[in-house]
Amino acid sequence: MNRQGRPTQPIEALAIAPDTFTGNRALRIEEALIFEIGRPEVTGVDLDEPAAFTARLGGLERRDIGLPGLSEPEAVRHYVRLSRMNYGIDSGVFPLGSCTMKHNPRLNEKMARLPGFGDVHPLQPQSTVPGALALMAELSRWLCELTGMPAVALSPKAGAHGELCGMMAIKAALAARGEKRSVVLVPESAHGTNPATAALLGYRVESIPARPDGTVDPAEVKKHLSNDVAAIMLTNPNTCGLFERDVVAIADAVHAAGAYFYADGANFNAIVGKVRPGDLGVDAMHINLHKTFSTPHGGGGPGAGPVTLSAALSDFAPLPYVVTDADSVRLVEHAQDGDGKPFGRMCAFHGQAGMFVRAMSYMLAHGSDGMRQASEDAVLNANYVKAGLRDLMSLPFGDGPCMHEVLFDDRWLEGTGVSTLDFAKAMIDEGYHPMTMYFPLVVHGAMLIEPTESESKASLDLFVAALRALTMAAKRGDIARFSGAPYYAPRRRLDETRAARAPVLRWSKPAGQEAAE
Amino acid sequence: MSNIEKNKANNAMRYLPLTPQDRSEMLARIGAADIDALFADIPADKRLTSLPDLPRTKSEIEVERMLGRMAAKNIAAGSAPFFVGCGAYKHHIPASVDHLIQRSEFLTSYTPYQPEIAQGTLHYLFEFQTQVALLTGMEVANASMYDGSTACAEAVLMAHRITKRKKAVLAGNLHPHYRETVETLSGMSDHAVLALPPSPQGTEDIAAAIDNETSCVVVQTPDFYGHLHDLKPIAEKAHAAGALLIAVVTEVVSLGLVTPPGAMGADIVVGEGQSIGNALSFGGPYVGLFASRMKYVRQMPGRLVGETVDAEGKRGFVLTLSTREQHIRREKATSNICTNSGLCTLAFSIHLSLLGEAGLRKLARINHANAVKLADALGAVRGVEVLNGTFFNEFTIRVRGDAAEIVEQLGRRDILGGVPASRLDPGRPELRDLIIVASTEVNTDEDRAAYAQALEEVLA
Repeated sequence: MNRQGRPTQPIEALAIAPDTFTGNRALRIEEALIFEIGRPEVTGVDLDEPAAFTARLGGLERRDIGLPGLSEPEAVRHYVRLSRMNYGIDSGVFPLGSCTMKHNPRLNEKMARLPGFGDVHPLQPQSTVPGALALMAELSRWLCELTGMPAVALSPKAGAHGELCGMMAIKAALAARGEKRSVVLVPESAHGTNPATAALLGYRVESIPARPDGTVDPAEVKKHLSNDVAAIMLTNPNTCGLFERDVVAIADAVHAAGAYFYADGANFNAIVGKVRPGDLGVDAMHINLHKTFSTPHGGGGPGAGPVTLSAALSDFAPLPYVVTDADSVRLVEHAQDGDGKPFGRMCAFHGQAGMFVRAMSYMLAHGSDGMRQASEDAVLNANYVKAGLRDLMSLPFGDGPCMHEVLFDDRWLEGTGVSTLDFAKAMIDEGYHPMTMYFPLVVHGAMLIEPTESESKASLDLFVAALRALTMAAKRGDIARFSGAPYYAPRRRLDETRAARAPVLRWSKPAGQEAAE
Repeated sequence: MSNIEKNKANNAMRYLPLTPQDRSEMLARIGAADIDALFADIPADKRLTSLPDLPRTKSEIEVERMLGRMAAKNIAAGSAPFFVGCGAYKHHIPASVDHLIQRSEFLTSYTPYQPEIAQGTLHYLFEFQTQVALLTGMEVANASMYDGSTACAEAVLMAHRITKRKKAVLAGNLHPHYRETVETLSGMSDHAVLALPPSPQGTEDIAAAIDNETSCVVVQTPDFYGHLHDLKPIAEKAHAAGALLIAVVTEVVSLGLVTPPGAMGADIVVGEGQSIGNALSFGGPYVGLFASRMKYVRQMPGRLVGETVDAEGKRGFVLTLSTREQHIRREKATSNICTNSGLCTLAFSIHLSLLGEAGLRKLARINHANAVKLADALGAVRGVEVLNGTFFNEFTIRVRGDAAEIVEQLGRRDILGGVPASRLDPGRPELRDLIIVASTEVNTDEDRAAYAQALEEVLA
């Protein structure tokens, strides 16, 4: 009997939902590890056994590996189930400040998979890849035009790698001047990668405190400047979501001291088409293609971090780089093949070429007008969220306009017994990804909200309403809602202390099973 | 007016949900006179008064047309007999891999800093770490690096931290790009590098270069010219001198057939994982593999995922040992790394789960068999000498004449015949007649015959 179409009616339910026998909850299904469901003899890839031949391995044949195999249906189900335990931009509002979780257009994915881009090898003869080289040249042109800087190093593989590249160019430029300086200035509000990068290159980091309005005071920078300072690493807009309004004075002072201005371009997405970093005195700036130009974050990578360079640094750009001749584009892979003084090489091959295609697709789609509009909408959205919450949450630096992200601190939670962390976890239960929390470090209990231009007004209205409801719950002492959150995620709060104290970093056969074999 | 023109007039485009009316309502709610009021902190004399000198917004169809034209100018690996390797390989990728990595929840998620809603990512990274540890024969692996070359440079820094020495010895047959990447980072960090000269015959005595100041010796196997190395004697010599052995694997499929570095005494193993699950993509994004002995884990760069339990006692996974990392330690961090290769890692892990032990071993055997067939076919061409006694799926031939010119001529015949050694190492005349040739499971007997025939014609 086919009962599938039989209508159901709500009947009186149990007061409390019962635990399920399986641990599953309807669409949310628990999933084991591949090592627990796979078997070494199973494979999801059909391959023909090669005809007999004489191996040339020099006696280095391997025995067991211990890898499990899954058939295709098992593999597809495994990874689909895992995917459902993740929150992505496509799932809902992802207001992670400083990370720019904007919409990832699927056209970009389609373009990167064209065989002429996705299926070309970096070491094919250059004569067989003129289109791929032309794309690199075109991306360079757009990045230079948008930043007002004359050159770009495309190869860095992520933002932090771009920082390393820019700082190496600065170190090389100083060396070319016969100087070896030892100090790099980094404002307190900077990303952790800035001081880590400077230290990696042997620099001593001097921290520059912020003034009460959250920005850097040129007078404070001047106090730290000397002929031993190699560079300042300044994020602009900064991580408090504020534009460094004295940036030109800072740049002038830095240059007067013979130092260079490295800009962390993590927040470039706020100002594309509004102002050009090159016009502000920047010497090097990395651009996170995965932030400003929408290449997917992919659960933590791959990123891409091209670095634009000023005239003072452009000669030192690393290998390889593209040169546009009269009618063609060529790739310079060795110092002797070009006019520059490259400081070296950041990585094998030419960088994240697949990301170049995606970023180019985004830029072409937006055009100059669309990119400026995207920056304006990102800033408008952040200010709209601020306007919706400023009466309930506390703003550390006053109520002036913010850029693409709005920073709150935790003063408004004082005495409630709810922490920034608790508040963030309660947002999960309401269906939102939390904002960036506890960063930047200059603010106590920081909550940094970046809605991006991808949210509609209706979506922001719902988001603001949800946060208002939560803030009022915190203020009226509805503590359990926060302290135990999340209640409805695939996992409750996880024990990170235990994970660090006795690290289990890989699966191993259970002891009994080991003995049985 | 066409729709596109209308959109342009409205200053709107398909990825931006706000309408002009939304914008004015929102500005009113904020209390700003106009949008420029929100940008007031930007110095007025620096603000752009007109649009950047670049084209305006384009429809999807226009973008496809433009990029499609550019893509069509390139010869795709799948459209010609293809034998190019040297650290990036053309392998077949099962259709389900690319489908699964494009699931929204994988593609559009962030670094799993909120583990309760990122168990999907953390779960597969834990599986990935285990797969890499098993493949390399090591105790622990991280959640990936940018690529093989940067993993290699980071491994050298890690060895310096462990040994408190500052000199790395690089085998002559380390991939030249890897060598340059290490030299660049080391040079900038005031560390010493001794890079041995290339040895296309694969006969160099690496162990002889190790001394008591050596922090680490970096050896690739199969090496840049395709030779396989028994690392045990090098490991013994290194350990006797208080140095570490860093093994580099740029063709990870080889680990399905060849003794892993972990079984030959390597302390750190780094590799390029592109071969499993990831397209060539003109050089990136790829996936760096990084494995070591457990006792060194706290000196490792990059992200690590660990197992734990949640408040209800259920198994779950989190990022762990992050006190090594820049967002906690700032200038005292073990490295400045702040991303891994998330989605490429996933592609690797899915493909390897599909292959499993049986599939990987068979895939590796096919690669080796195809390379053996190709070596025999090319070796029979007059004027061609195969240099390798041992190899996996890649070997070096010496040709009569300039290798770069010959590869170029093969390209004109629609055969992508390998990489001239001089492309990566142009300063050495002794390498000018060498071509490094790879053959994987994608090549057919017809491909190999076409290559041999074309080479014969070019050399005639």
